[in-house]
Amino acid sequence: MNSSRERVLARVRRALADVPREERPRDHRVERGYLRAHGERTVEETTALLAENLADYRAVVHRTRASGLPDLIARLLERHGSRSVLVPPGLPAPWTAACHATRVDDLAASTPHELDAVDSVVTGCAVAIAETGTLVLDGGPGQGRRRITLVPDHHICVVRVPEQVVDSVPLALERLDPTRPLTWISGPSATSDIELDRVEGVHGPRTLEVVLVEADPAGATDENP
Amino acid sequence: MSGTYLGMPAFPRAARDAVRDTTLRGNLRHATHTIRDKRARAVAELADWQELRAAGKAIKDRTLRHLDHYLVRLEEAVTAAGGTVHWAADAAEANAIVTYLVKATGESEVVKVKSMATQEIGLNEALEAEGIRAYETDLAELIVQLGEDRPSHILVPAIHRNRAEIRDIFDQEMGRWGRPAPEGLSDSPAELAEAARLHLREKFLRAKVGISGANFMVAETGTLVVVESEGNGRMCLTLPETLISVVGIEKVVPTWQDLEVFLQLLPRSSTAERMNPYTSTWTGTTDSDGPQNFHLVLLDNGRTDTLADEVGRQALRCIRCSACLNVCPVYERAGGHAYGSVYPGPIGAILSPQLRGTASEIDASLPYASSLCGACYEVCPVAIDIPEVLVHLRERVVQGGEVTRNGVKVTLRPAKGHAAERAAMRAARWALDHPGALRAGQRLASRTRRLHPKRLPGPGRAWTDTRTLPEVPEESFRDWWQRTRGGDR
Repeated sequence: MNSSRERVLARVRRALADVPREERPRDHRVERGYLRAHGERTVEETTALLAENLADYRAVVHRTRASGLPDLIARLLERHGSRSVLVPPGLPAPWTAACHATRVDDLAASTPHELDAVDSVVTGCAVAIAETGTLVLDGGPGQGRRRITLVPDHHICVVRVPEQVVDSVPLALERLDPTRPLTWISGPSATSDIELDRVEGVHGPRTLEVVLVEADPAGATDENP
Repeated sequence: MSGTYLGMPAFPRAARDAVRDTTLRGNLRHATHTIRDKRARAVAELADWQELRAAGKAIKDRTLRHLDHYLVRLEEAVTAAGGTVHWAADAAEANAIVTYLVKATGESEVVKVKSMATQEIGLNEALEAEGIRAYETDLAELIVQLGEDRPSHILVPAIHRNRAEIRDIFDQEMGRWGRPAPEGLSDSPAELAEAARLHLREKFLRAKVGISGANFMVAETGTLVVVESEGNGRMCLTLPETLISVVGIEKVVPTWQDLEVFLQLLPRSSTAERMNPYTSTWTGTTDSDGPQNFHLVLLDNGRTDTLADEVGRQALRCIRCSACLNVCPVYERAGGHAYGSVYPGPIGAILSPQLRGTASEIDASLPYASSLCGACYEVCPVAIDIPEVLVHLRERVVQGGEVTRNGVKVTLRPAKGHAAERAAMRAARWALDHPGALRAGQRLASRTRRLHPKRLPGPGRAWTDTRTLPEVPEESFRDWWQRTRGGDR
C-alpha cells in the first residue's frame, strides 16, 4: 500500500503548482480576530449560564455545597430507582458514602453486557463550558473509561464550581490534553432524525443529571443543607 | 465510477419527478425551514461570527495550500500514538484496505458511524460482496438502510421520510436484520427511537469492529474528532476492539487550537445548536480505554484532482454542515435524490462533478442545478463561494479546457448537449460585430412578429418547454432612439 502513499502525495504536490515554492504554511495568514469569550461575566454569572444552558438541553441541574454532596447523590439515585451504581477508580469515596445502591467498580475486564446491567454511573469531569452547556470528560481520576458514561442509562456528573468551569470553547481547549481521549457531553443523547422532533436518549444515557458543587465556606462546620 | 448511482438521470429529469411528489415537497419544506430559522438564531448569539468564519476559511486554505506537509505530520503523529495509517488513491483501494483489515480480525460484521466518505466509496456494498455485514447505527442511516433507500440530506439523511413511513419500515424490516420492532409499534418519534435503541444495542454490545469517518484530524497531535448527537458514534468508537476510520485527506487541520474555530462553526451551522450532544476525540490508542487497534485510511478519490483546480479547490474547505442545503430554493423543491450523489444540494453541485469529473450526464448537469441566488455562500461557515465555482464549472462543461483526472492533466472536450447553445452564442457574436446585419435582422423580426411561434422549433424546444419566449417589440430600441432621441423629439 506504500506506493499509494507516494502517489497521493505526488498528486497533492502537482496540484499545488500555483503555490509559490518558498511559501511556508505560516506565510498564509490566519487572522484570529474572534473572541476568546462572548461577554464579561462574574464567576457566579458564568456558573448560572452553565446551569441555564445545561437545562436548556434537558440535563437536570442541581447545586450544592461539598458537605451536602453525599446526601444529594444518594437521593438522586434513590429517586431514579437505581439499585446499582458504577464507580470509576479515583472517585472521591465520600461522594457515594451515603448511597444504598450496590457499588460496581469500573474494571478493564468487565464486558459491555455487564455495564449494560448497571442502573447508574457517577463521575466527575475535567472542565465544563458555560456558553455551550458542555461537560468534558478526559478519563482522569474520578471519570474512568469512556464507555462507563455511555452504556448505563443514568449519568450523574459532578462539576466543581468555579474551578472546573470556563466561559467558552477556546478557553476549554486550552485546558485540555489532546493525548487523552475526550468526551464532550451537552445534554442527554438526542436525535432529531424523525421529522426533526427532538427525542432524548437514543443510544447514550437518557437521563443526565449535573451537580454543581461549591466548596463549603471557610470555617463552616460539616452540616447538611 | 463508484459514487454515481447507476442509471441516474440528469438533474433536470430527476428533479422534475421529485417536484411532482407533494409529500416529499411538504417534508422537505418543513425540514429546511425549521433548521434554517433555528440556525439563524444560533448564529446570531455569537457577535464574532464573521471573524470565526474568516478564520475557518483561512485555516482551511492554509491547510489546502500545504496539504502534503500536514498529511505527513498527521501520519507521524497518528503512528507515534499507536495507530496505523493507510493511503488510498481511490474508492477501490480504500474498500480493499478496509475489507482486508476486517477479515484480519476474523469478524463478519461491523458497526458503522454515519460517514459521508464511506458512502462515497460504496463501502457497505464492497463489504457485502466479501461476506461482511455493515450495520449503520445512526437512526436516520438505519431508516435508509432498512428501507433499501438512499440518503437525501447530509445531516438528516432520512429527511424525505415521514413518521408513518418510518414506522412501516421498522415494522417490516427490523426482524430481517436482528431484533424485530416491538409489537404494536406506533409512529410517535419517541417510540420509533426506542425501537432503534433496542435493535441496535444488541449489535453495539457484541461488536468487535467499528468503522467511522471523522469531522476533523489534527496534524499536530494526530487527534481525530467525531461530532454527533445520538451516542451511536461513541458506541462505535469506544466499545469495539478494532476501529477503522476512513477519512478524506481534506479533513486535516493544522493544530489543536484550530478546533476552537470549527467546534464553534460546525454545530451552529448544522444542527443549529450551541453544541451537539456528543463530541469524541481520540489520539491513537489508549491503554484499556477504547479500541486497542486503530487504523486510519486516508482517502484521495478525486480530492487531489479538485485541489488542482484553483477556483474549484475551495470546495475542499467544506465541513459538511449542510447549511447550504437548508437555504437552497432548488434543493428545497427537488430534494436530495435528484443530485444523484451522496453530496446533495449546492455543495454537492460543485463537489460531485469535481470528485467524479463531468463525463456522465448527471455530473455535467449538476453545475446547472442552481438559480445562482447566492444564499448558500451567505450561510457557508467557511465562506465557500459556491456560485463562483458553479459558474466556473459551467464554463468547463460548455467550453471544455484543461482539468486533472486521476492525477493526470487532460483536456476536456466541450460537452455534447451544449452545441446549440454554442452555435447561438457564435451567431450572436457575429451579429453584434456587424451592426448593419443586426439592424436588418431586428427590423425583419419586428415586422414578422405576429408570425412568431410560441415555442421554438429544433434544439431550442427544450428551452421553451419551461420558459415563455419573449415577445419581439414592434420597434427595436435603436429605431426608437433614432426616431425620438430618447424622447426629445
